[in-house]
Amino acid sequence: MTKTLLVRRHSGVTRLTHWINVLALTLLLMSGLQIFNAHPALYWGVKSHFDRPWLAISAAERAGRPVGVTEVGDARFETTGVLGWSGRPGAQGPRGFPAWATAPSWRDLATGRRWHFFFAWVFVTNGFVYLASGLIGGHIRRDLWPTRAQLSPRNLWHEIVTHAQLKFPKGEGARSYNVLQKLSYLVVALVLLPLMIATGLTMSPGIDAAAPWLLDLFGGRQSARSIHFLCAGLIVLFVVVHLVMVVVSGLWNNIRSMITGRYAIEVEGDNA
Amino acid sequence: MSAPGPRTDRRGWLKGVFAGAGALWLAACDRISQSPKGRAALASAEGLTKRAQRLVVDRKALAREFSPDEISADFRSNGSTNPTDAAYVAHVQDGFADWALVIDGLVERPLSLSLAELRSQPSRTQITRHDCVEGWSDIAKWTGARLGPLLDKAGLKKEARYIVLHCADNLGGTADASGRYYESIDLIDAYHPQTLLAYAMNDQPLPVAHGAPVRLRVERQLGYKQAKYVMRLEAVADFAHIAGGKGGFWEDRGYEWYAGI
Repeated sequence: MTKTLLVRRHSGVTRLTHWINVLALTLLLMSGLQIFNAHPALYWGVKSHFDRPWLAISAAERAGRPVGVTEVGDARFETTGVLGWSGRPGAQGPRGFPAWATAPSWRDLATGRRWHFFFAWVFVTNGFVYLASGLIGGHIRRDLWPTRAQLSPRNLWHEIVTHAQLKFPKGEGARSYNVLQKLSYLVVALVLLPLMIATGLTMSPGIDAAAPWLLDLFGGRQSARSIHFLCAGLIVLFVVVHLVMVVVSGLWNNIRSMITGRYAIEVEGDNA
Repeated sequence: MSAPGPRTDRRGWLKGVFAGAGALWLAACDRISQSPKGRAALASAEGLTKRAQRLVVDRKALAREFSPDEISADFRSNGSTNPTDAAYVAHVQDGFADWALVIDGLVERPLSLSLAELRSQPSRTQITRHDCVEGWSDIAKWTGARLGPLLDKAGLKKEARYIVLHCADNLGGTADASGRYYESIDLIDAYHPQTLLAYAMNDQPLPVAHGAPVRLRVERQLGYKQAKYVMRLEAVADFAHIAGGKGGFWEDRGYEWYAGI
């Protein structure tokens, strides 16, 4: 027979920093889109070539009606209602990202910057606490670092197939993270989020004077701005997949484990 | 099909919860953006940013300089591009022959320098990047009088802590002087070797669109600090009594006084 056993899943530090991160990243994204809207175009290199952005969101006119246009390289998409031209009925206007995605909702670069830099400090402090405790306490090595066996092609393929089938272990196998989970958490925590900080700092003319190597690392300030935007997009993609996985692998069990720390697994027999 | 089953019911309910939570969240963000207390809390990060940057950025650390082939062909001009004040228009018409830069306030020897006199002061030429707060960057070559030696010439009194730049353009478009552009920098930036009163851009006299006859270059901060159409430098102990009291035209409209980020 199977019994349900509550195991200790997440430490207090992990739970606290996770939820602070949810708040900080949400507001950083929304205020970041507000800042982007002040000049909704991206370039590669040290400066802006206004005649050839690689990404540009703008308003245009077609058959006497305003439309939103998003251009990526040579491709042109009409994105009316979401990108370039949006708003409530009767109050539509030209704007990069729509009001519901930005903080504040109206066009206000100054206030967007205030939100962004306030939560940048929250995010950096929180991330430092998470990484320091994860390195010292062993969370990263013990729970996130994949084992050699997990990284075998055979196991990787097995995990990809079972994920695609939305089959997840319920028993002993659910005690620890699977290899796809480990790799995606590591990429986000050790690559994408640090890249956001580094490219963000590269956009600061003050920091550029102190650390000009950042400009060389990212290929110039405008490249850094593009990478900042792309990494933000990848983080949004991660969050979407993460939320889908949370729902399909047991919504309430996952949410409880990130609040109380307790996670239910099913074990066989009486040896629980 | 008959009435919606429990599954679609639940889906509709979930959708409603998400839409409601989203609307509440947005309303909360907007509420904080408008409330004086919320704004003050968010603005507290500026002091932290300024102190942290002053800590890690050496006083004399130079902004990157570029090679001539990196100069922008289409350097954008923002803010005022063609001031219409009668006094300024008269200066443009006579080629700034009667124009003079005033340096006063908390100084031992107030100065008034013609454009020719300014051009004969210790100068510097640099090819630097101009970063607009909106997000774009352009590169140009600037030549101008170094601000530090000019301030030494006037002799700053020891109470002086900021240099306020009073400009000719009324960007606010007001009937009185309340919309006049102005900026301020502290003495660390004023004495930085790359801080110039630039009178030439790309080896030509500074064009009207970019602030003729003189604009500030303070290379480790954003574009709105680079005041154009500079008429007067005033050394002050603090700037609370000037215009909106926040130390600059855009600062009075919500932007950071410390624009190194």
